[in-house]
Amino acid sequence: MRRATRHAKWAACATAVALAATACGGGDGGTGGADGVLSSSWGDPQNPIEPANTNEVQGGKVLDMLFRGLKRYDPKTGEARDMVAEKIETTDSQNFTITLKPGWKFSNGEPVTATSFTDAWNYGAHVENKQANSPFFSDIVGYEDVHPASGPAKAKTMRGLVVKNDRTFTVALKEKFSSWPETLGYQAFVPLPKTFFTDHAAWLAKPVGNGPYTVESYTRGSGMKLRRWDGYTGADKARNGGVDLVVYTDNNTAYTDLIAGNLDLVDDVPAQQLKNVRNDLGDRYINQPALIIQTLVFPLYRPEWNKPGMEKVRQGLSRAINRDEITKQIFQGTRTPAKDWTSPALGGDGGYREICGDACAYDPAAAKRLIEEGGGLPGGKVTLTSNVDTGSHRAWMDAVCNSVNNALGRGAVCTVNPIGTFADFRNQQTTFKFSGPFRSGWQADYPLIQNFLEPLYYTGGSSNYGKFSDKEFDGLVDKANREADQARAVKDFQAAEQILADQMPAIPLWYQNGSAGYSERLSDVTLNQFSVPVYDQIKVG
Amino acid sequence: MGRYVIRRLLQMIPVFIGSTFLIFFMVYALGDPVAALFGDKAPDPATVARIRADLHLDQPLWKQYLLYMGAIFQGDFGTAFNGQPVTELMASAFPVTLRLTVVAIVIEIVIGITLGVVSGLKRGRPLDTGLLVLTLVVISVPTFVSGYLLQFLLGVKWGWVRPSVSSDARLDELILPGVVLALVSLAYVTRLSRTSIAENVRADYVRTAVAKGLPRRRVVTRHLLRNSLIPVVTFIGADIGALMGGAIVTERIFNIHGVGYQLYQGILRNNAPTVVGFVTILVIVFLVANLLVDLLYAVLDPRIRYA
Repeated sequence: MRRATRHAKWAACATAVALAATACGGGDGGTGGADGVLSSSWGDPQNPIEPANTNEVQGGKVLDMLFRGLKRYDPKTGEARDMVAEKIETTDSQNFTITLKPGWKFSNGEPVTATSFTDAWNYGAHVENKQANSPFFSDIVGYEDVHPASGPAKAKTMRGLVVKNDRTFTVALKEKFSSWPETLGYQAFVPLPKTFFTDHAAWLAKPVGNGPYTVESYTRGSGMKLRRWDGYTGADKARNGGVDLVVYTDNNTAYTDLIAGNLDLVDDVPAQQLKNVRNDLGDRYINQPALIIQTLVFPLYRPEWNKPGMEKVRQGLSRAINRDEITKQIFQGTRTPAKDWTSPALGGDGGYREICGDACAYDPAAAKRLIEEGGGLPGGKVTLTSNVDTGSHRAWMDAVCNSVNNALGRGAVCTVNPIGTFADFRNQQTTFKFSGPFRSGWQADYPLIQNFLEPLYYTGGSSNYGKFSDKEFDGLVDKANREADQARAVKDFQAAEQILADQMPAIPLWYQNGSAGYSERLSDVTLNQFSVPVYDQIKVG
Repeated sequence: MGRYVIRRLLQMIPVFIGSTFLIFFMVYALGDPVAALFGDKAPDPATVARIRADLHLDQPLWKQYLLYMGAIFQGDFGTAFNGQPVTELMASAFPVTLRLTVVAIVIEIVIGITLGVVSGLKRGRPLDTGLLVLTLVVISVPTFVSGYLLQFLLGVKWGWVRPSVSSDARLDELILPGVVLALVSLAYVTRLSRTSIAENVRADYVRTAVAKGLPRRRVVTRHLLRNSLIPVVTFIGADIGALMGGAIVTERIFNIHGVGYQLYQGILRNNAPTVVGFVTILVIVFLVANLLVDLLYAVLDPRIRYA
């Protein structure tokens, strides 16, 4: 039915002359209600859409529609709720028994069994499959055999995963990790159907999952049409007929299309349009904190930044930054001044607290005093570094420098080092080449305070690019991970975070908000903590 | 004539090898692309080592280049990071950009030359002065300004066209982007043909043709225009290549998934196979277009012969 009307519309367009071709095919389809299909802006995913190889939002968007894992984070509260899992039991926070709910199926009819999970995880962990998310499986016993630091793999599967029956499997971890079940909402842990392994190319061309949507067609680099799967038995059935994802090279064009009525949903409002967005969209604009924090990390691998007394200089720099003014002027309120090293999207129970306190409050006089007490800036200068190809990074770096220069009153002691591409920046960052503070943007993989602290500040942590190392901090993190009680674990993490406030290995700048705009056809549009629209809840018409 | 063409084709080989090496070298100089594949997360060393080995990034530059060229001659242009073969990207991108270029060139030729002829024949009159000022304005406005402006006016404000082009990129959708892309060159074509016409209109052969009593229309099209087109054809020939490669801005504004889009994506992700592959094809387009222009000279002006 929809098809037919669309063809008629194309035909009408083809006959229309030249520029007067009017807004053909606008908004895609005229139907509304439960079968209405919405169109949404998309970016070309960087890697092929494999769950364990997708580590950015664009591919993650699709996985979120196609798959349901053992757990799923509640889009509102961030709480990890059982989805495919019936129960996850442990007595020692190290060995877990996972039981699946009966009745889950992939959209090709294959039932979701314990093997669907263990096969998927073994695939994700195996070094030969070159999956970007393989370190997520590194807590499991036997990871080194399938993913040795160098050389070929010694095994095909991880010893720690044992299938008991169709609906039960056990997982043995290397160490105690009480909140491990909470991490299972991450997309790398979703189950995979047999076809993924037997006919990989066909699966990539048209992914099959167990979520509320199925892929109708996928044209790489230009778009994907997802349709509601009527056979889906989960509680979160899609409330619309489907989603057409359209690749845009320029988010400005996507926004223009939204205003012109050719697109229903834009989940990234361009900075240039933020001034007009209230006028253009009214209350059809969402701006809410996400699990993203931007920081300036100090290269503590350089002795001049790490010698005793420098913590005062680092704190002084933090106090010299006028976060309120910068987030207002440059980001038009789409960033929130940071008051700790996590994110308000965690919520109070999740561990968010304004731990940074005074050290994150703008006070030029105190900044000047602290820096002088600490022995002054190394060489009397400081250089900020970031890639500048996206995200207004150049603009805020200039603003931060101006703020620092004004506070210190010593002329232009702060300068910026703009790097042209993200790839180049990442190379220098991962090989520890920076001699001054550099930008670090961190988007949490799951809404846990652990994910904001351990990878970034634990000695030898996977993303600890400043090489911060503090015995007391490490001890508190270890203690928190052993804690069986969630509330007490959070307390330990917060105690660890207090050390960051004293040592200031990284200056919290601001929390990045998720933003979205939508057309009048849509209602119930929300963003989850990862600033991805909750597509299944959107109503059309 | 035949020998001339063969000589020119043979000359393309060193140009082709030289330019691909230069581009390969420049993309290589941008740095290692692998770290960026992991976003803000720490790249896993074992995985990185595998990917680097797959892409031959662990080899010295000259060896990488030889491996790449060897693969090209077997028709393998490598793979983009999203797993698509570059040849597949080319097959989807080049037709789109080619259509856009054709639209732009047609607009350039039809409108540009017409305006040039009118202006050249009426030299010094108010119409001529008016057109000169207009083309000056058009030349001074950058593409992204005219692009966003026309897109907003026609697409949003008046709602005459879709602001963006669908993935099919049909010809009628490409008219507005084509106009935007053509605008600057159009002004040049107008000015070039105006000058040329204005010069030749006083030439002896034109006076003879008029004296013979030929109708004015025939004098202008057969005698005057044909002789005046040589500089314009040179310009348009060079412009074909420039338009195909230089449409990045226009393609971004109108969300056209053509060559500019793929190049931009390739540069952003440091993907050597994409960038080198696309630029190589563009180089060939340039060379062929130039050859065609030279051959066209002989057609336009019988005094020019190639041996």
